[in-house]
Amino acid sequence: MTDGSTQVGNMRNGNTHVSNTHVSSTHFGVLSFPGSNCDQDVVHALEHLGYQASYVWHNQTDLGGCDALVLPGGFSYGDYLRCGAIARFSPVMESVKAFAAAGHPVIGICNGFQILTEAGLLPGVLLQNRDLKFICQSVHLRVEASVCQWIDLEPGSMIELPIAHGEGNYYCDELTLGRMEAKGQIVLRYCRPDGLVSMGSAAPNGSLDDIAGICNERGNVFGLMPHPERVSDGLNGRDGAYLFQAAVRRLEARALASSSGSVNAQGGIEGGTDGGTEGDAHVGSQSEEQANV
Amino acid sequence: MKRYQIHITGKQGIFDPAGAASKNALLTLGYEGLEDLRIGKFIELSCADDVSPAQVEEMCAKLLANPVIEDFRIEEIVGNTEVA
Repeated sequence: MTDGSTQVGNMRNGNTHVSNTHVSSTHFGVLSFPGSNCDQDVVHALEHLGYQASYVWHNQTDLGGCDALVLPGGFSYGDYLRCGAIARFSPVMESVKAFAAAGHPVIGICNGFQILTEAGLLPGVLLQNRDLKFICQSVHLRVEASVCQWIDLEPGSMIELPIAHGEGNYYCDELTLGRMEAKGQIVLRYCRPDGLVSMGSAAPNGSLDDIAGICNERGNVFGLMPHPERVSDGLNGRDGAYLFQAAVRRLEARALASSSGSVNAQGGIEGGTDGGTEGDAHVGSQSEEQANV
Repeated sequence: MKRYQIHITGKQGIFDPAGAASKNALLTLGYEGLEDLRIGKFIELSCADDVSPAQVEEMCAKLLANPVIEDFRIEEIVGNTEVA
């Protein structure tokens, strides 16, 4: 990374802080498994955006009181057996499941996405790329209408993020796909540069229905193959920053609603960011949560 | 000591690109009549006598195979022969 240099990226870093009206106190936990290799990139991106970030080692169970969790990319446990299959049983994953079940935001990027599917926190699975090749390129993505708490761009918007994976070929059975469609769980689709999605042909990896990112029914757990952290500091683009910023906006809105609610009820301020508060736009969908993901 | 052989194969309908590529290679080599080729995993397990077949089944369902995309078949190996 280029911390300390005087190039454009750093100046933009400064501008980002100035343009934000306040520095966020939002604290991200970034999981590190043996073989994770994007954890430092994620921490860099988050700190660049003005957030707090700390590593959470795979064999600890204390998430350090963080507000949101990131499962970064890499090759956890060498991708042995299946991608994410062994990481899923790391001690930290029980805490991740509890954190997700409480409604807190969790994002899995690339290998993190694979881990979330193996752990049953997201439906489906990531298969080997259709053409058996590791793909490293920038892709166009269309934002779908979804319940995802990690995105607040208008449906139909396009963003451009890099992918770098050998196993990103999303698959689930038809029933699951239909249910995800109906419940707004499909968040991002690969698309052509003109924004068109052509069911299967826009995905470079063969993903079912061009799916690049999905969330759970509640919208707090999000998995995607592209790497938003790699285009968050302005050097290669800024599209990835939208995702982290959207999650923080939701957390802050929720904390605000929660604290004003607490002031009314108890005369004190509860500064927590727990899920299930009245101010949360996704409360309605939370009650519909089923144990199927 | 008990020994088990575990065969893990992709469920029907799941595209197996490595299998498809290998099949095409065999067709190119002139092996006609080849209809399908699927590549799976083969696992050999040695364990104490008190490990039950039900436990091996659980190991497969929990970790060794992903039920979303894979089926598995367990064979207990009796004696020293390779094939049950």
